[in-house]
Order: sequence, then structure tokens, then C-alpha cells
Amino acid sequence: MMILLIADVKGGILGLDATARALSAVSGLGDVHVLVAGEGIAPAVAQAATLAGVSKVLAADSPAYGKGLAEPLADLIVSIAGPYSHIAAPGTACAKNVLPRVAALLDVMVISDVIALVDGETFKRPIYAGNAIQTVKSADKVKVLTVRIASFVAAQPGGAAQAETVSGPADRELSQWIEERIAESDRPELTSAKVIVSGGRGVGSQENFAVITGLADKLGAAVGASRAAVDAGFAPNDWQVGQTGKVVAPSLYIAVGISGAIQHLAGMKDSKLIVAINKDEEAPIFQIADYGLVGDLFQIVPELTSKL
Amino acid sequence: MNVKGNVMMAETKLKPKDMPDLSRFDWEDAFRLDGQLTEEERMLRDAARAYAQEKLQPRVIAAYRDEITDPAIFREMGGMGLLGVTVPEEYGGVGASYVSYGLVAREIERVDSGYRSMMSVQSSLVMYPIYAYGSEDHRRKYLPKLASGEWIGCFGLTEPDAGSDPAGMKTVAKKTATGYVLNGSKTWISNAPIADVFIVWAKSEAHDGKIRGFVLDKGLKGLSAPKIGGKLSLRASITGEIVLQDVVVGEEALLPGVEGLKGPFGCLNRARYGIAWGVLGAAEFCFQAARQYGLDRKQFGKPLAGTQIYQLKLANMLTELSLGLQASLRVGRLLDEANAAPEMISIVKRNNCGKALEIARLARDMHGGNGIHEEFQVIRHMVNLETVNTYEGTHDVHALILGRAITGIQAFC
Amino acid sequence: MKILVLVKRVIDYNVKARVKSDGSGIDLANVKMSMNPFDEIALEEAVRLKEKGVATEIVAVSIGVKQAQETLRSALALGADRAILVEAEPGTDIEPLAVAKLLAKIVETEKPGLVLAGKQAIDNDMNATGQMLAALLGWGQATFASAITVEKDFADVTREVDGGLQTIRVKLPAIITADLRLNEPRYASLPNIMKAKKKPLEEKTAADYGIDVTPRLVVLRTDEPAVRKAGVKVGSVDELIVKLKHEAGVF
Repeated sequence: MMILLIADVKGGILGLDATARALSAVSGLGDVHVLVAGEGIAPAVAQAATLAGVSKVLAADSPAYGKGLAEPLADLIVSIAGPYSHIAAPGTACAKNVLPRVAALLDVMVISDVIALVDGETFKRPIYAGNAIQTVKSADKVKVLTVRIASFVAAQPGGAAQAETVSGPADRELSQWIEERIAESDRPELTSAKVIVSGGRGVGSQENFAVITGLADKLGAAVGASRAAVDAGFAPNDWQVGQTGKVVAPSLYIAVGISGAIQHLAGMKDSKLIVAINKDEEAPIFQIADYGLVGDLFQIVPELTSKL
Repeated sequence: MNVKGNVMMAETKLKPKDMPDLSRFDWEDAFRLDGQLTEEERMLRDAARAYAQEKLQPRVIAAYRDEITDPAIFREMGGMGLLGVTVPEEYGGVGASYVSYGLVAREIERVDSGYRSMMSVQSSLVMYPIYAYGSEDHRRKYLPKLASGEWIGCFGLTEPDAGSDPAGMKTVAKKTATGYVLNGSKTWISNAPIADVFIVWAKSEAHDGKIRGFVLDKGLKGLSAPKIGGKLSLRASITGEIVLQDVVVGEEALLPGVEGLKGPFGCLNRARYGIAWGVLGAAEFCFQAARQYGLDRKQFGKPLAGTQIYQLKLANMLTELSLGLQASLRVGRLLDEANAAPEMISIVKRNNCGKALEIARLARDMHGGNGIHEEFQVIRHMVNLETVNTYEGTHDVHALILGRAITGIQAFC
Repeated sequence: MKILVLVKRVIDYNVKARVKSDGSGIDLANVKMSMNPFDEIALEEAVRLKEKGVATEIVAVSIGVKQAQETLRSALALGADRAILVEAEPGTDIEPLAVAKLLAKIVETEKPGLVLAGKQAIDNDMNATGQMLAALLGWGQATFASAITVEKDFADVTREVDGGLQTIRVKLPAIITADLRLNEPRYASLPNIMKAKKKPLEEKTAADYGIDVTPRLVVLRTDEPAVRKAGVKVGSVDELIVKLKHEAGVF
């Protein structure tokens, strides 16, 4: 079987962690070719080639693919889909936008957010915001799937695949990129971070979130937030962890001033270790935390930051 | 294997109703009321609930504490279509069923009995008599503005010396060449101090001293409506008197369609029916709050809800709520079929108010010391329900109505 | 411009889905059902576009069981002008691919200038229908929208992407799927609920469109997710650090 893995590429740069995790999800199925599509992608192509388990890198370098627009990317993938039994991608916002379009063009169903592969045609995926896990078997000729990044470990370097140039049909220019407002940050991405420090309504204000970012920076961690904190304007939208935000599963998740609404738990309960800091000892977050500390976050968090 | 096979065969022959496993119980809807409602009724209920929870709930604690009646609430309710639910659409109402009206009352009173009072007075005691007893001119003039909440209405029947015995009223209307002169006073009148429209019941000399209804506009000479202060119940809903001192009105002020006590009772029956549903909303709030408090509050190392006495109280509450809802729904359906008797309304008004008050008192008690704090809200409902148990026919007076119906002997006096 | 809005009937947002003990699916008996919240946001956006004079007619479409009528009545009460229900056999969940094929047929006859839908349904969380419909129609797509400006021939859509926001211009007709923060939906007033009864609701079946809705994915089982146990409470920051270092091996 031949598998086409769509690499995570943003601004020409390879999302190494997301791609490597998706690779390990599918590498057991057969020969994996990685498609690197974007603009100015030579370093990304070289990097993808070093991942163990990649047998070939397909490089599609064009301004049409530079901004992650769904229509040209889908047309490209469909144009090279011929030999593949599986087309997979890490479950980024970009892939969730593109892969269902690919699937429909191939007249197959998409299988979103796969958390486990039982075999080449049987997959587990969460439904009802993670309140149930469905096992589905696909009857389609090609399996098109996105995999949940947090559910797989990253494939290691050690490969030396050949690269080959590919190109797709001309862009029909159905859509056009205007601008991007991406928060500049040296912190790791939420979905791939090993450690996440999240703040909730208990943090109280946007200014007070400095307490959270302070601890995060000390730990080299990503910063998350509950929906309550985002809705209250304490933290930007893209920090939101939960049912309607990002689903994460880091090695360590530190929840600060988060009560633990079901929507939030759905987004972080697969973390390996959960630490909860909250002044309310009855907060539901303590029911899933490995270590709980009851008290004033404005004392505890700075103390923790200084002692680590 | 063989035995199991036989069991399987036996099961396949059973009809669903005979299967050993019954359905799952939902404590939030014990008798599946939801399934007994029409799609339309469920949608109207859900809309009322969304409004009540999102717009009324956030302000009720302060409104009650500070004794504030915000007239804007009438405009909001009007915008949502909560005023005059049963009045036909051509007059600005919703044209919905009495069951829908009851469901709306339940959702508003889940927040506060005062807000429900404001709504039921406007709907059943002001808009209903104008619709049922008024002339076409009355309907056109008043109903659209009452439905939108632009105008606020009140209903004057009770007097300082005529409460349970309205026939003993002293307010009189004397005939003049062009209309009537009204004299008298009314008390315990919801909405009166902020009312634009007054429905006043008086004994009319020109009609052999029979009780007749008059519709008066704010600002008439001699008409005033001072607020009654010092009320420790229904504090989010303003109450006043109506003072009529030589109030001169034209012939057009008379509601032509009814005479005698049948007039006010036609209104009161509908309002009382709404109350029967409404109090269950307040009681459901208290029940659910007590349940949650019992699950959250741990004493002696375990939740209060894990004790037998607590569970007994919850079980009693749920039982009364479930029976009350079924009874209210039945009376509502009969009203919609024009087949309801006033005594049916007496049963549900009396019993639901009494049980709701009991549930609220229990919930107050189950909250321990926290139960007296406004934040937990149960004491507000409890104190409100003292009024609701009393107004529109006290618990005892409704017993006498039923007693008369059972025995054929009136025992009022 | 005519706008088609897709609405799905799903288990109410506030109700926790319960997995049947035999693993055969989610127990939907006597469970409160509502309009998919993302679809409600899409519908609200359509109503606002109509209030601004951009849209002239809003058609709500649902594909599902007969009871989805109720969801469409809600859509009509919230501002849709008419509704189309494509009815499925009871107990079947038509997959996004088949839904998209049915919708493509409806688009052929209705000829809307814009299709709005929620970014995903909160039951199967597939996040696919809008994209698939765009593919089948050969239209542009703007998913996960948090702001929409519609002009004559195009729409500018701000999208929620990883790490921030992206704005794209998509040619019309197009599909836009709504994310959580696009707007806050209104609730229906009682008179509008009553008026909704009189608005037209057309009932169709999948067979009327000649579409094969046989599922491509066979659901083998539905299970409860693994449950996480509560851990321990620690008394101080120092104790927490010791536990993290020595017991959990972090840092």
C-alpha cells in the first residue's frame, strides 16, 4: 500500500512535530510519500526527507500553495492521488479545511480526527466532543483521513528520502489571500507543546495573565486558556483549549484558576500529567488532576515560577 | 447455550410494553411532560425560558433587594411576545393555547413570582377583559399597546374591606348624562403605580347595582395610584392602591360585554390557571437548587444529598412537582377545549401554590445557613410564594369553592 | 441574493451524550434535541445579512429524520423565509458526503448566491459538509469564519486558523462555514414562532434527488472514552515540586 501524507507547511516552513506525529500514525500501513506544498519550500522538503519512514518527498513549490488556500491545494492532491490507498494529514486547521474537499473530489468520505488506527481500513475517532469514541470501517477505495496530532508520538529523524518535484493544475483563483494576523511568539504551538500552562476565569484580567505566561516561559511551555477566560477577553481566541478550541495532550498540563467545565476537560483530559491550582477545593478540575493544590493562584504561581 | 437460546426466543415474542426492562427515568422531567406538548408549545416554552434566564435572571437579585420594578421589562416582554399569549394575533397577541400560556408563566416564575405577576396581570387581568368584554374600539385602542408593553395595565377588584368577598365592594359608578362618576378605593393592585390603563370593577347604579367593568386611562382627574411600601414579598413587582375621587368618565369607559361577578371571575380564572403553572416553576427552581446544594455541600465527610432525610425531602418535592405539572397540563388542555370548570382551576391553583410554598420552605431549610442569603435565591422564592398562596383566592377560599361543589352547600358565610 | 443555510438537528449542547452499554451507539431516546449551535450562528449571520439588505431570501435546509422539521421551524422562527427537509430513514445518519451530494442538487435548483453552514455538527464532529459541498459544486470555500463582509461578487472572510486569524476573499457563489465567534444568535420571539408555522416547509426524500446515501463508513462500535481518576491534593508548592520531580519524573 502507498500512503500520501500531506505535510504541515506554514509560510514555507515545515511543521516538523505535527508532520512527524502524523507520519508515525500511518507509517505502519506501507510506503509513505510526503507531499510538501507551499512557496519557497526547499528547506522544508529537505527536512521532511530526514524523517524515518518517509520513502519519497513530493515537492510542490508554487505561490498558489503558499497561503494554504483550500481550492488549489485540493486540486493538487487530487491530481497526484492516483496510486495511493491512503491520503492522510495531521489535523491542523489547514488540513481540516482541505482534506474534506479532497475526499469529496475523490467521491469518498473523509475520516476526521483519527486517534487510533486499528488496521488500514478501521479507525477510532472521537465524537460528541470526546464523550464517545467511534470505531469506523471505511468501504472506500481511498481512505482520506486527518489524524489528531496529540494522539501519536513523533516519528524520529534518520531517513534519507529522495525528493521529486510535482505540480498540480492551474489555480482557478476561487479564493485569494488578503492578510494573516498570527500572534508572534517564541512559545511552542499549543497542539505540539510538551508542557502547557493554562489560565481560566480565576486569573481575573488580561494583565493578570502575566502570571500564567511567566510560569510558561520559565518552563518553555505553551500558554492556553479556558473558554471563560477567552470570552472574558483575558486571552486571545487561539489560546483556547477545549471542545471548541484546541485539543491538546502534552506531557504536563498545568491548569490555573480553571474550574474544569466539561467543555474544557474535553480538550485536555488526555494530557499525561495534570496539575490543578484553584482556590475552590470543590472545583471539578480536581477530579481529573493528578496533583491538586488549593489556594490563591497569585501566591502559588509566582512561588512555583521562582522555585522551578 | 440451550437455556440462553430459550430466553432469547421468549424475549423476541414479547411486545415492547411487556419487556422486563422499562425506560430510563429523567428526574428533570419525571412524567415526560416534554413528550405531551406540541412542537409549537415546546418552542414557545424554550423561547420564554431563554428570555427569562438570559434577561431576567441576571437582574432579579438586585431588583428584589432594592425593591425596583423596571418598566422596561414590560417593553422587553412585549418584544418577546410574552404579553397576551392567548390574545389573537390581529390585536398584537400571540394567539397561542392556554397550555402555552401556562408554560410561559412557569418559565418566568422560575426566575421570580413578581415578574410572573407583572406578566399575568397584564395578560389575564387587563388584556383578557378588554378582549373578552370590550368593544371593538377598546380592542383596537388598547390591546396592541398592551401587547407590546408600551402601555402597562392593572386590575382593580380588591378593596380595603372586600378581599375574599368581592361582592362586598364599595366602589360605585353613578350615571351622568354622558357617562359615569366613579368613587371608591382599591388596594393590593399589582402594577398600579406605573399603570397607563386601569381596569376597575364597580357597582353601577344604572345597572341595578350590578358589578361592571370600566377601563380608565392614566391622568384622569381624581384618579391616583399610590405605591404600597414596606412589602417584604414580591419586591421586584410594584403594588399600589387605586384611589377614585369623583372620576368622571364617558360612556365609552364601560366594558359592554359582561355584568356581575362573572366579569372579574372570568379574568381571575385565567390568571389563577397561569399561577398554577407559574408556582411550579418557582418550586422547580427550589428543588433543583436544593438537589445541587446537597450534592455540593459535604458535611461529616459526605454530601448532604447522600443522607436519607435529604433524599426523602427531594423525593417528596419531585413527586409533588410531577403531579402538579400533570394536573396543570390537564386543566390547560380542558381550557383549550372550552371544557374547563372553575373548580378545576381551584384545585390546581390551591394545591400547586400550597405545595410550591412547602417545597420552597424545605429548600430554604436544606440550604442551611446559606439558605437565608439572597445569592442562593430560595428564600426569595419562599417569601414570594407566601403572597402567591394568598392572592387570587387564598388556599382556604379555594377549599371552600371545592367544598361547595362537593356538597352543594356554600360555607363562605 | 438568496442564501441557503444548512441546519442539523443534534443532541442539545447542554446534554451529555450517553453511550449505550452494548456499544451500539449513543442513546438518543427522550434526549433533548436542538439546532446544531454552529448552524444557529450561520443562520444568525444570514438573518443579519438580510437585515442589512444584502440577502433577499433565506432558505433553511436540513437533512435528517422527520423530527428535523422542528429544527427547521426554529430556523423559520429565527428568520428563515422557507425551509426544505430531506428526510432520511429513521435511525440513519446520512454522512457528510451524501449530505453534500443532496445539497448540491438543491443548490442546482435554488441557485443561491451564498451557502452558510456551521463549521461542524456537535454530534459526529466530522467538520466536512461545507468543504465537500464546495468541492462538488466547484465553488470556493471559507471555513471557520469569525467575520464576513459580503460584496457583490465576492466575500471577505476572516477565518480562525492555527495561531491566529487569516482573511481571504472568496468569489461568489461560495460556501462559508461559521465558527463560534462569528456572532451571538438571537432567540426567537413568540409571535415569530407562531408565524413560522405559516412559512412553507417542503418535504423531500433522498430518493427524490436520485442520490445513493449508503454510508461509506460502517460504525463498528461506540465506546465510552477512558476515564481519568482523581489524583492527590498536595499541601504546598514545595510538595508539588517534589512530586513532579520524583514521582512523575518531570523536569
